[in-house]
Amino acid sequence: MTITVTINGSLRTLTIDPGDRLLDVLRREGYMGVKVGCRTGDCGACAVLLDGRAVNSCLVFAAKADRADVVTIEGLERDGQLHPVQEAFLDEGAVQCGYCTPGMVISAVDLLSRTADPTEEEIREALSGNLCRCTGYVKQIQAVKRAAERMRRDPR
Amino acid sequence: MTDERRDFRVVGRSERKVDGRALVTGKPIFVADLKLAGTLHVKILGSPHAHAHVLRVDTSGAEAVPGVACVLTRDNTPTTRHTTAGQGFPEPSPYDTRMFDDKVRFVGDRVAAVAADTEEAALAALREIRVDYEPLEPVLSIDDARRDGAPQIHDEADARGIYDASRNVVADIDIDVGDLEEGFAASDELVEVTCETQYAQHTPIETHVVYSYLDPDGRLVLRTSTQVPFHVRRIVATTLGIPIRRIRVIKPRVGGGFGAKQEVLLEDIAALVTWRTGRPAFLQLSRKEEFVAARTRHPMHIRVRLGAGRDGVLRAVEMEARSNTGAYGAHGLTVLSNAGSKTLPLYNKAQNARFYGQAVYTTLPVAGAYRGYGATQAYFPLETAMDELAERLGLDPIELRRRNHIRAGETSPIFVKLGEGREGVSQTLKSCELERCLEVGAQRIGWQEKRGRKRRDGSWVHGVGMTVMMQGSGIPQIDMAAATIKMNEDASFNLLIGATDIGTGSDTVLAQIAAEVLGVPLDRILVTSSDTDVTPFDVGAYASSTTYVSGKAVERAAERTRAQILDVAAAALAADVSELTLADGAVLGPNGTRISLSDVCLRAMYASDQFQIGAIASCVPSESPPPFLANFAEVAVDTETGRVRVVRYVAAVDCGTPINPRLAEGQMEGAIVNGIGYALTEEMLLSSQGRVRNPSWFDYKILGALDVPPIEVILVDSYEPTGPMGAKSIGEIGINGPIPTIANAIYDAVGVRLWRSPFTAERVLAAMRGRP
Repeated sequence: MTITVTINGSLRTLTIDPGDRLLDVLRREGYMGVKVGCRTGDCGACAVLLDGRAVNSCLVFAAKADRADVVTIEGLERDGQLHPVQEAFLDEGAVQCGYCTPGMVISAVDLLSRTADPTEEEIREALSGNLCRCTGYVKQIQAVKRAAERMRRDPR
Repeated sequence: MTDERRDFRVVGRSERKVDGRALVTGKPIFVADLKLAGTLHVKILGSPHAHAHVLRVDTSGAEAVPGVACVLTRDNTPTTRHTTAGQGFPEPSPYDTRMFDDKVRFVGDRVAAVAADTEEAALAALREIRVDYEPLEPVLSIDDARRDGAPQIHDEADARGIYDASRNVVADIDIDVGDLEEGFAASDELVEVTCETQYAQHTPIETHVVYSYLDPDGRLVLRTSTQVPFHVRRIVATTLGIPIRRIRVIKPRVGGGFGAKQEVLLEDIAALVTWRTGRPAFLQLSRKEEFVAARTRHPMHIRVRLGAGRDGVLRAVEMEARSNTGAYGAHGLTVLSNAGSKTLPLYNKAQNARFYGQAVYTTLPVAGAYRGYGATQAYFPLETAMDELAERLGLDPIELRRRNHIRAGETSPIFVKLGEGREGVSQTLKSCELERCLEVGAQRIGWQEKRGRKRRDGSWVHGVGMTVMMQGSGIPQIDMAAATIKMNEDASFNLLIGATDIGTGSDTVLAQIAAEVLGVPLDRILVTSSDTDVTPFDVGAYASSTTYVSGKAVERAAERTRAQILDVAAAALAADVSELTLADGAVLGPNGTRISLSDVCLRAMYASDQFQIGAIASCVPSESPPPFLANFAEVAVDTETGRVRVVRYVAAVDCGTPINPRLAEGQMEGAIVNGIGYALTEEMLLSSQGRVRNPSWFDYKILGALDVPPIEVILVDSYEPTGPMGAKSIGEIGINGPIPTIANAIYDAVGVRLWRSPFTAERVLAAMRGRP
């Protein structure tokens, strides 16, 4: 079957099998920032924005993305400028191995698109679907706070 | 050796990671992200039995599946006995493993592998393999393995290095100093505890994965997610009988290791598929396979007996450890030895000490290296026993530690008696700021105000606990690291290091050291790491070695390079080297003369006495200066349900100079959260037939962002004179803290001691109700 989907701003027509997961289709199309951690929806490494909301792409049929808007980690940069969440992750030391980072950043971007001034509890809740084994989450939570401050000061 | 603290310009600053931008933008830099056309997908058939003879493997059905290129079984693969443990050569782990064996020894053990054009074809072919097994009696616990008449798990004639295969004993250690019984006789108080730790897994977010292909010259290239690229090359070469010169191992970015990837788990299969078929091969464990067939922490039973005088000084310390290494003996001896060698020197006031124990085989999941490496298990009984001893003596637990812990200028005879799988190395500590760690940690948690108060909040009761610990910085006189630096004409430098950044930030830390010595900003250091064709040797990322050992190699290479720069500058400025200073990208001479580093390089490349400015240097450390750590936890225990909540965790650590403070904190925070999971939730559950019952993150609970308490890491000011820029390592120590610290805090809250981790609500409630 064929789907038409906007990926990181580009309109794409893709041939897929009805059983294909969005995760596999995105990686097949070269969006390697979408990571495979479990394929069971437990870790969030494959998170992408589907019509603006973070989803685990391993649990979404690619067919469901027909006529939808998908943003992966590769789509957050604007004119060579990192997204404020990406900048904050670098500044706060929130990246260690970096394998969970794309999904974690996507979840944070989703949160900050809905909530300009999140509480720590809201940040933790937003990141709770993204497992990280390296950082202990301390600096990731801090990074999202920092990104929220920057975005309030200087909306994109 | 650096004798004095310097004002650093790059070191000691929380620079962004040099690989951070690529990671945060999702660049294709992990193993699975790059595949060539025609890649074969490899899948492994695991054993359904915990213990069985493999009588027959019929692969005809599998070979008939369209798209199948290669089926590997014990009938067509090398039979070399080896160890999967990526350790220095000769490895202290037994050679008890074959690619595919005549016997399977745990549920999930390798039986066959299929390589096919697609993953679906490979999986379809696996289902067509017919295997006849003769099931044997499984061995499902440490006690089971040690009983008379227990089935012999490794009865193969060609295994080497097993202590007593007939009794399932992988390793046996017995060392002592002084006279233990005399020490106990001279003691006024005795405490004895036995603790049991569980099967737990690293669960890196990226599972084990390897990609292999032939380069244009027919050499085998392995791009693999490993902590030990040079050990991979050596072990694959030996196992497959391929010359080392025909193999190149490249480590791209690694999605977490924690010890799990100090193991050559998949590379042999992918390599053989490519070697046989000439085609690229991709092999990655599923999450379920990772849980079942990767590596785990050695479960242990450890008994500790302490004797002390009324003065609060230890007279005797006895530790007896029994370790379950699972089906294969990878790291069996060395994890066992480190249970003693990384704990007992901490209390050097005890003149009499003994450490003894065994590591045994079972037909259960295979244990291996895991951050903390035995110390994590052993600090549980040692530090809970110290807590108990303090109570008996009527001393504050902090005060008991103060009267017994090792200090700078002191040594412990254990350092010599017990190393890592062999005798150790004498060392006198040159840095130890544990006193300061205790002081600032106690203050931060509010120890005086909270200890013993049992503050109630509904059904929840609060308590605080503390512990102290040490680890090491590499394996002295064994670990080796090397670094190469070469200068470019824009005053940038290529830094080539065998050291293996697995997310720890070592590329960044090592680049900071080079930049500091060479007087340039961090972005002038171009790091290439972990490529066996390009970078010099390094044992890899384990044993808390990288900052201390690899860092020293980098510092030396940079110093040699710097000396060459000064020589060239001296000639150019017609000055003496002693008159020169190198800083901020230039060499300054007398009378305001100056030459930029760029001009120094251009002169050496093109103008006069031409040569490549650059150097290679190695480091084999003569000692292993321990980092020190004081942990403080406040917990709340629900007296109705037994549930334990960590309210706050404070860790004050002495790691010498933190080369990059934010990365150092990150090492601590990550280790602590892994440790809290180990203390409260993480446990691999095994069926009565030895099968892992919870092989998913849904059923094996690691902590998420909602589960993590406020964690405060304090990097205490310290300087290790033997380390690069005063640094010690910090990779492992933090994971040792949570189990005993939380156990002691639970005792402070509700007055029960827990001897078995994890401290689930059921176990805590049972303990409060007086049930075992």
